[in-house]
Amino acid sequence: MAAIFQGVGAAATLSSSPSNSFVPKKFLTSPRRSFCVPSSVVVRSDGSVNFDLNSKSRRAQQLVANATKADSSAASSSSNPGHELLLFEALREGLEEEMERDPCVCVMGEDVGHYGGSYKVTKDLAKKFGDLRVLDTPIAENSFTGMGIGAAMTGLRPVVEGMNMGFLLLAFNQISNNCGMLHYTSGGQFTIPIVIRGPGGVGRQLGAEHSQRLESYFQSIPGIQMVACSTPYNAKGLMKAAIRSENPVILFEHVLLYNLKERIPDEDYICNLEEAEMVRPGEHVTILTYSRMRYHVMQAAKTLVNKGYDPEVIDIRSLKPFDLYTIGNSVKKTHRVLIVEECMRTGGIGASLTAAITENFNDYLDAPIMCLSSQDVPTPYAGTLEEWTVVQPAQIVTAVEQLCQ
Amino acid sequence: MALSHLASSSPSRSANLLKPLSSVISLRRPISTDTTPITVETSVPFTAHQCEAPSRTVQTNAKELATFFRDMVVMRRMEIAADSLYKAKLIRGFCHLYDGQEAVAVGMEAALTKKDCIITSYRDHCTFVARGGTLLEVFAELMGRQAGCSKGKGGSMHFYKKDSNFYGGHGIVGAQVPLGCGLAFAQKYCKDEAVTFALYGDGAANQGQLFEALNISALWDLPAILVCENNHYGMGTAEWRAAKSPAYYKRGDYAPGLKVDGMDALAVKQACAFAKEHALKNGPIILEMDTYRYHGHSMSDPGSTYRTRDEITGVRQERDPIERIRKLILSHDLSTDKELKDIEKEVRKEVDDAIAQAKENPVPEPSELFSDVYAKGLGVESFGADRKEKNSHGRHLDNTRDDPSGEVIIGLCFHNPLPA
Repeated sequence: MAAIFQGVGAAATLSSSPSNSFVPKKFLTSPRRSFCVPSSVVVRSDGSVNFDLNSKSRRAQQLVANATKADSSAASSSSNPGHELLLFEALREGLEEEMERDPCVCVMGEDVGHYGGSYKVTKDLAKKFGDLRVLDTPIAENSFTGMGIGAAMTGLRPVVEGMNMGFLLLAFNQISNNCGMLHYTSGGQFTIPIVIRGPGGVGRQLGAEHSQRLESYFQSIPGIQMVACSTPYNAKGLMKAAIRSENPVILFEHVLLYNLKERIPDEDYICNLEEAEMVRPGEHVTILTYSRMRYHVMQAAKTLVNKGYDPEVIDIRSLKPFDLYTIGNSVKKTHRVLIVEECMRTGGIGASLTAAITENFNDYLDAPIMCLSSQDVPTPYAGTLEEWTVVQPAQIVTAVEQLCQ
Repeated sequence: MALSHLASSSPSRSANLLKPLSSVISLRRPISTDTTPITVETSVPFTAHQCEAPSRTVQTNAKELATFFRDMVVMRRMEIAADSLYKAKLIRGFCHLYDGQEAVAVGMEAALTKKDCIITSYRDHCTFVARGGTLLEVFAELMGRQAGCSKGKGGSMHFYKKDSNFYGGHGIVGAQVPLGCGLAFAQKYCKDEAVTFALYGDGAANQGQLFEALNISALWDLPAILVCENNHYGMGTAEWRAAKSPAYYKRGDYAPGLKVDGMDALAVKQACAFAKEHALKNGPIILEMDTYRYHGHSMSDPGSTYRTRDEITGVRQERDPIERIRKLILSHDLSTDKELKDIEKEVRKEVDDAIAQAKENPVPEPSELFSDVYAKGLGVESFGADRKEKNSHGRHLDNTRDDPSGEVIIGLCFHNPLPA
């Protein structure tokens, strides 16, 4: 488990102004960076600790090696016990903290303001920050995503919410051509510090058009980063990191994970956008997964452990780019890889990951990589059919058994 | 400027004694500094929709007219030179030329400050120059060299100049309009008291995202001005074949609109100043610039299959923006024909010099392939998003890492060495 903690140093200076009457001036570029001086502590998966020697902050760092797993009680250290909340609340907390910290952060989306968000991620934020910072848009994804990107070009940090990720297909041109490419085609003149987020994935009988996994469509766009959250801890951490990043980040949430409960630390923390999470170390097989499938994998892991296997489970979290360092180390240890994803078989994240691992770590593999994905069908409405569309724990168990023969 | 040499450049002084007093050069104030107000009427009145049209009477002065003339000559010369360069295969891909439409760029710039934002489509060379871009940056970018405004990585359709709030330069028709409304949103958010001009063509006027963005801008009262540069042809399709209602200034419906003679720089200036004032108080407004492009849609379009050569020459004779300013300058006796021709010669040389310089400029380094894909931020990355650059700790990311086992981790997807 690797977590990165950042000093909260100068953040206090911004939060002193009342949020509703804030008048952000055009200081958007460099002065803002001086607030967020990286006084970073990197805790690696092997437990070693590095201090960033460029740290300018004089504050003492709270170093908490927090081995948080969503399916077991947090093994918190001697300091703050933390507080318990649901995943959507963790997202909201992250968003709220960032909005307090930086006046340039604003939220745009359908029903995010007065309604409070269709999944309550932005509940009460409009009351707190006002209509100019939490903006209700009409149902016009193409244009409001474009507007978010245009605003980001000037230095604002919009968080654009797609009510369902699938709706962002309407904004594909803006996301691909403008969001991803403007930094490059302008020769580095503009950065696009936008966050595009929303729930996706297969839910409970939501129908084909509302059960899409857009990570497979977006993964080729150069210039964007994609992350998928799966626990309240990493949801908050990734949300904050995504907002602070100078690059456009697409944060994939899952419709079925919003009510997960976990105890998270009280202090300020962010999660590295490019790093994978070690969920369960093991020896026999590397299981790579993300988002909702993590829970199916962990369920299967229980069965597997009973059967005598020792799977290593990694939540890849970063869908673009892949954390090949963590993944590579795992492959070198176990020599067998199983990928469990919710994307469809064709052209999904699993397909890319299979290619990446094969290219880079072919010599370390004792068996061909297995990839379990959803079926290449529109997600049916009928409950039983929907169940068969996605990967179930029993299939994961069978796959591991096959792999470890 | 050549005009400042008025007092001394007269070739044959003795001949002047035979000319009427008013044409003796040494008695006239140099046009480049003369700011005595001159009142001119625009060629045609403005047509308004849901608002009151501004007056036809425009205030200008000799200095402004001289600037208009020179800037438009630069733009015209630049575009024609780009045409030759394209045919010589020094410019590749797409090249959309703006000659004929110069008055829009020049008139707009006269009404704005650098705090106002401009965003336009792929026909952006002249707008870039109007915003302060240099000829070297233009030609180097067109030829894909390092000195280009986007370091050679954007090309003809991706000119940007952040320090003068010029936001490009966009290849996909209509996509820049929501971006432009986003710029206006940022201006309102930061209380800039500035406006955004989002330019698009008559072809893009039928894009849905335009109406979406206009709707949001009107709802949120954004200082956005949508400018339709109506050159009457969307690629090869005439406007009456593409739009049920080609009265683009009216298509904002609830948003006011103004139709302007886009070949008259002074009319453009008046309309833009009016629009800026309006947008700061009342939200979005649409300007339709009635203009014309002499070239085809792009260099691969001869421009004569969907319109007659007579039409093109007709417009050139009757409505050419440079000729209009030239006539204005001459009729108000602000300069002589010879001086204006001297300016044109000087500009031609300037353009040729810039091209020569750009030709000498090197192509981008191979490492530029990977730079600026991602920006570095946060300072806490482990490996950086693109793994082709050093991370904040100074380690190379593409093939080595401080790994306890001492092994080498190969980067994500590049096994071929970089092109030599």
